Amino acid sequence: MREIEANTVIEKVKDLCIDANCEVPECLLSALRVAREREDSPSGKAVLGIILRNAEIAREERVPICQDTGIAVVFVEMGEDVRVKGGNLKKVINEGVRRGYKEGYLRNSMCDPFTRENTGDNTPAVIHFDLVPGDKLKLIVVPKGGGAENMSGVTRLRPSDGVEGFKDFVVTRVRESSGNACPPIIVGVGIGGTFEQTALLAKKALLRPVGKPSTHPELAKIEKELLKDINDLGIGPMGLGGRTTALAVHIETFPCHIASLLVAININCHAHRHKEAIL
Amino acid sequence: MIRAIMLSTPLSDQDVEKLRMGDRVLFDGVVYTARDAAHRRLVDLIKEGKELPFDLSGQVIYYVGPSPARPGHVIGSAGPTSSYRMDPSSPYLIAKGLKGMVGKGPRSQGVVDAMMKYKCVYFATVGGAGALLAKAIKKSEVIAYEDLGPEAIRRLEVEDFPAIVAQDVYGGNLYVEGVKRYAR
Ligand code: SF4
Repeated sequence: MREIEANTVIEKVKDLCIDANCEVPECLLSALRVAREREDSPSGKAVLGIILRNAEIAREERVPICQDTGIAVVFVEMGEDVRVKGGNLKKVINEGVRRGYKEGYLRNSMCDPFTRENTGDNTPAVIHFDLVPGDKLKLIVVPKGGGAENMSGVTRLRPSDGVEGFKDFVVTRVRESSGNACPPIIVGVGIGGTFEQTALLAKKALLRPVGKPSTHPELAKIEKELLKDINDLGIGPMGLGGRTTALAVHIETFPCHIASLLVAININCHAHRHKEAIL
Repeated sequence: MIRAIMLSTPLSDQDVEKLRMGDRVLFDGVVYTARDAAHRRLVDLIKEGKELPFDLSGQVIYYVGPSPARPGHVIGSAGPTSSYRMDPSSPYLIAKGLKGMVGKGPRSQGVVDAMMKYKCVYFATVGGAGALLAKAIKKSEVIAYEDLGPEAIRRLEVEDFPAIVAQDVYGGNLYVEGVKRYAR
């Protein structure tokens, strides 16, 4: 059994929190550049220009892309032949988040749901564990802002509603989110499974490189159609009107109960932040 | 490229009457920050007839909860938060003389009615552009509700702070008109 020191994990999580908040992925930047070229709306073009310039400043000055540095969502893929020595993995990850948000001058946005009292260090992180073959530990840190997360949703359709019912739900949800989710957005969609699983699928769908189609040809076709329908809404960058409302739609599916058709949409803003590392 | 209108705060009725949806502006001068919790406290004071921590007349409020400043920086990342959460409070502030609000996302009919009645403009700026917007902030000082952390009220001095008129005093609404123009 391979062993990794707890401290190594803490330091890595800390770095991932800071890096994720100051640097957006290259695939997002290229999608934004293409969108700026194609955008017809003058305010839309101006907004896309500001977003691209902002990304440069954030990277150069190590300042967060966005002041909402999010809930720290952490996906963990734990090899079956590796263990963390010197600390419980959940605690270790939370310690990394605590240090990352403090040392990276990131904003603490976690609070009690009722008293609204801030937890003071952006913990607890929302951690999703997965057990995989091998002796590696993969960590993906996804700082998730409130504005876009608030515009997400889960619904249960009738199985007979089919593809049309499903597309309708997604487009309606995006229309209702208007400028609040900081468009251009990335749309993660989960279909199938159980109630909690469909939401998780939607969140995981966001992690795919921006605009990389589903490996399933039929789903890839639906993703393309949905992207067109969403951009035809005219919402545009920051909701001020334009041709760029979403940069990509990613769909993930899982088999479901014969009586159900659960669908979830998880929206991410253009501050599409995630960073991963393999230990 | 359309030229931006320079706006020096505080704003007068004439200043805001000139503005139409879609206009690009650059702010110079003082703007105040306030988010959900600060709004609730301000509205409570107004309802009780008590004095506010700053005089609202002619002022501009920016909906922002900045990230902490790195040493040597004036402020951390400082982009707008969603404005709809302030919708129930804003009419009280507008009636007290507030002339401008800066945030992201559309406002409710209640806010629009107050904006038209008392002459107040709603500006959108770019959510998620906090690093760039912070560069336009030259000074930052907490003036009230320090206990609210990022939600405290700050007095900011800004230079060339960019925004777009999203909803004007005539009922013009870029979230509706702009979207209609590009929908297919
Ligand atoms: S929705 Fe995203 S870009 Fe917009 S304010 Fe929230 S975290 Fe920042």
